Amino acid sequence: MDKLLEIKDLYIEAWSEERWQTIVNGISLELNRGEVLGLIGESGAGKSTIGLAAMGYTRQGCRLTSGSIKLDGRELFGASQKYLRSIRGTRIAYVAQSAAASFNPSHRVIRQYTEAPVLKGLMSQKEAEQKAVEIYHRLFLPNPEKIGYRYPHELSGGQLQRAMVAMAMSCQPDVIVFDEPTTALDVTTQIEVLAAIKEITETMNKAALYITHDLAVVAQVAHRIMVLRYGDMVELGETREMLKNPKEQYTRDLLSVRTLREEKAETEKEKIILEVKDVEATYTGREKVLQDINVTVRRGRTVALVGESGSGKSTLAKVITGLLPAIKGTITFLGKELHPELRKRDKENLRKMQMIYQMPDTALNPRHRVRTVIGRPLKFYFGMKGQEAEDRIKELLDKIELTPEKYIDRLTTELSGGEKQRICIARALAAEPELIICDEVTSALDQLVAEGILALLQDLQNELHVSYLFITHDLATVKAISDKIVIMLEGRIVEQGGKQEILAPPHHEYTDKLLASVPEMDPDWLDSLLAERASSFI
Amino acid sequence: MKHVFRMVLKRILASVVTILTVSVIIFIGVELLPGDVAETVLGQSATPETVKAFRKELKLDLPPHVRYFTWLRNFVQGDFGNSLANGRSVAGLIGWRFANTIFLAGTAAAIAVPLAVILGILAALYRNSLFDNAISTTTLSFISFPEFFIAYILIAVFSVQFNVFPSLASISPRMGLWEKLYTILLPALTLTCIVTAHMMRQTRAAIINVLASAYIEMADLKGIRRLRIIILHALPNALSPVINVIALNLAYLVVGVVIVEVVFVYPGLGQLLVDSVSKRDLPVVQASGLIFAATYVTLNLLADVLSMLSNPRLRQTH
Repeated sequence: MDKLLEIKDLYIEAWSEERWQTIVNGISLELNRGEVLGLIGESGAGKSTIGLAAMGYTRQGCRLTSGSIKLDGRELFGASQKYLRSIRGTRIAYVAQSAAASFNPSHRVIRQYTEAPVLKGLMSQKEAEQKAVEIYHRLFLPNPEKIGYRYPHELSGGQLQRAMVAMAMSCQPDVIVFDEPTTALDVTTQIEVLAAIKEITETMNKAALYITHDLAVVAQVAHRIMVLRYGDMVELGETREMLKNPKEQYTRDLLSVRTLREEKAETEKEKIILEVKDVEATYTGREKVLQDINVTVRRGRTVALVGESGSGKSTLAKVITGLLPAIKGTITFLGKELHPELRKRDKENLRKMQMIYQMPDTALNPRHRVRTVIGRPLKFYFGMKGQEAEDRIKELLDKIELTPEKYIDRLTTELSGGEKQRICIARALAAEPELIICDEVTSALDQLVAEGILALLQDLQNELHVSYLFITHDLATVKAISDKIVIMLEGRIVEQGGKQEILAPPHHEYTDKLLASVPEMDPDWLDSLLAERASSFI
Repeated sequence: MKHVFRMVLKRILASVVTILTVSVIIFIGVELLPGDVAETVLGQSATPETVKAFRKELKLDLPPHVRYFTWLRNFVQGDFGNSLANGRSVAGLIGWRFANTIFLAGTAAAIAVPLAVILGILAALYRNSLFDNAISTTTLSFISFPEFFIAYILIAVFSVQFNVFPSLASISPRMGLWEKLYTILLPALTLTCIVTAHMMRQTRAAIINVLASAYIEMADLKGIRRLRIIILHALPNALSPVINVIALNLAYLVVGVVIVEVVFVYPGLGQLLVDSVSKRDLPVVQASGLIFAATYVTLNLLADVLSMLSNPRLRQTH
């Protein structure tokens, strides 16, 4: 075996809350040529920190405390900046999570590809450009001869991510660190990038660290998987073996498929509380971003609005709430037609329709305490004050499963992501709404935390009979909680119906592609899917 | 490119309105000052009769709005009028002085802009080091002193103590370029001291702001040298705020040289403006004021166009 990377007893500390805290706790790993090791864990597990440390790099506010990092036998821990610069890019390269943010907006894509090899004297500008085109070709980028000469903003997210994989290859490194390379992408785009990564690691015989929080994704590319939690190693094993027999409870939790909820059949008995009819909307006044939208939501039911980014699902939420007035069509809520514009709707209608957002961090004022956040809608809609409001806030905190005494005086910045999202839910509930619009409420959260939030929303619905309009691109979420599914593409609804009906074949062509693109916990899933698609093209 | 042109066109139209407004404000301002040109020029011999006759001759007896629109009509037709105080043509009075002012401001800018940008880059490169603190403290101290104070310090040191540079910056058209530069070095240095801090701080802040971006970390992980990262990766994305501050400071150099010109007795537009205001010589005040306003507007427009061009997103047409 050709041992390329060897990390031993690595400890890393980060400066937070006025002291150094250990974030990576004695991790050891080995990586051989031609091997892909998956690092998996939730946020805060230390997986990115380990990935960067493999390049001898730490982010601001972090420091390597002890241990050893050997790249091809040479120690990187404590090595000179000059030596580290000489191996970065050439011997070990990095693929970042968000290609859109990691490409310099001021330079053409190909110039960023050629920068390292030309600067390090490996090839001339012209040779490097030819090489780039070759690799763009191999990674299935459209129009490979020309695409590199565009600026980053002219490429789509999936194209940029592949261009970044290409860039990591520019100096033919031995090891590549992939840091969540598909997390920011739609499921259909994710496949293209995964295929590109597989092409690189397998046919070019590179070693790679693949960092992700998604087991189903890492199962497609990694030979071995290391599960991390709070900077500790939980489990290390062969991919197939781990998926079959996980040893630790935490791994089993990550592996467990979300429980499906029984679809409640729509009956005429349930009142229609929201009816969107023939709605059209536009941002510019010319191009329509929504067309022929017809959706109904019944009382106590969950409707999932599914589509890729740019499909118009969040725009529809804006139209329903009145933030973006519809130019055509009607929105009927609780039997009354709503004014298209938010400002012209009465307070009672505003109260009965609440919203929960994707980013709980930005949806909560960092200077407010939990009491203020939940107390505001109580005062605004019901005029509650003093002891009455205090009691109601505590009742609501109980409902969202946070101990009132412990949380009521906390600043919102002192909460974790999952707790923040729970506070957002409590804030929405405080208004006693009939309908809650949930815009990607779990996509910024870790898998296990997200499942907790979904279970909470489910319990609250059973208890309060509130309806949800659930906007998401995550089909696992849809399967877990919806009664009815609405699938959107390019501003139109392509298919809608009961959950069983939509998820069971025959599908609309697009629904089929969407469903087939969701990674499964099967190491052969990607290969068989790619083989299937390849054969259907011929 | 199309929307750049549209923006420029819109801004030029807006500038015309701005400049017209400025001319009204200057006119009202001069009107509000006590006394008028007749009284000032006649001085000791100002009897009520002579003043009245003089006012009639200069058409000062007409109501203000009539005088304003007469002036405006002539101005639009390219006739800037004559000085009320000495009857010489305004164009003749202003032309060479404005050229002198631009010469002084240009010299100061040629020293200050590269100096500020380079210092800003170095400060960002060695952030929070002794070097960074030292230049920040020095430049900020300079900006905190009044201009005339710096001017007198420079005179005290370089003219009086060491006697290497002249304290009077009286240039004449007969001088060669090097002689002129030598003569105006002290006022140019004074101006440099005043504008450098602002531009340098902005360059440093803009670059440091960009250094937190993911693409800078990416460049670091490609093994690229720090200096190259700052100049090639950070600076192009930090240009927009830097260009805007440079434009503001260049405008200040042209417009704000008044005090420095007075201290060094430099024959520029600022000197003329101060003299003309004290004489209530409206046509000269108006013309100088409008030149200053136009300079401001043009430099700001130029800054907006340049910062648009520095961003590939805005540069391209689709």
